[in-house]
Amino acid sequence: MSEALIETLLKAPYVAKFGIYFERKGDELTGVLPYGEHLVGNPLVPALHGGAVGAFMEVVASGALLASQRLVRLPKPIDVAVDYLRPARPIDVYARAVIGRSGARVANVRVEAWQGRREAPVATLHGHFLIKQQPVDA
Amino acid sequence: MSESLQELLNRLAPLIVDGSPHAQALGLALDGLGPARATMRAPYREDLIGDPETKVMHGGVVTALLDHACGVAAFSGLGAKETPATLDLRIDYMRPAEPGKDIIAEAECIRAHGLIAFVRATAHDGDESDPVATASAAFMVTRPSQQAAERVKRAIETGELS
Repeated sequence: MSEALIETLLKAPYVAKFGIYFERKGDELTGVLPYGEHLVGNPLVPALHGGAVGAFMEVVASGALLASQRLVRLPKPIDVAVDYLRPARPIDVYARAVIGRSGARVANVRVEAWQGRREAPVATLHGHFLIKQQPVDA
Repeated sequence: MSESLQELLNRLAPLIVDGSPHAQALGLALDGLGPARATMRAPYREDLIGDPETKVMHGGVVTALLDHACGVAAFSGLGAKETPATLDLRIDYMRPAEPGKDIIAEAECIRAHGLIAFVRATAHDGDESDPVATASAAFMVTRPSQQAAERVKRAIETGELS
């Protein structure tokens, strides 16, 4: 676990601005993106901005990596692919990550975001992140 | 004389940012809008920093900027009628953006047919040949976007929308 870095991640101006927080149970982590009008991309549908939901899932991927191991700095995204499955409605969004593989330098992560029903995700993310492990002897 | 696509785009241009609360919250700006292409900018802002140590803006700003620019290019490519929804968006983060510099996204709709549009985009901080990120995205005119367009059309006809 990298508690100090999880704090750094959540206190970063961008993340704090949108009020993203984590609910933790041991190394399991659920991200919450609280609804705010500033998240709306298209008020006519109305739907949350795809960029806001994508960015939120990136934050949750970083959080899950930090919660599962001791890293010396924030994970850096190498690439992400986001699939939008349903319009995200103007309510809170939740997301949870599954770490596919976490090696010495790169981690493969999948994230699912949902609103009302966990079985009906609004978006999924699949990405690679550059990580730096804390030396074992340190 | 019917309005040309460029005339229609010019008329709609102010809505590209003002019509989207999230684009406004990030301070996005529209730098250029033409048939099947859009250029948008995310001005550097300290309240959008993602890593306090490096002062680099959060990757999410690049994500939202690229999603928005690609969506606008798709909207234009599809004839500027309904706002399409993002089906998928793939981003390669080539390097961190330089702190203090605006990020500019250039998006081009390379194919639009029927309800579907395919878009490619590059984000850079001044030099297009040295990108911060590139993106590839697909968009679709969905039922909710058609219904929204219908509501707007009706509101304009009945004069409810000034």
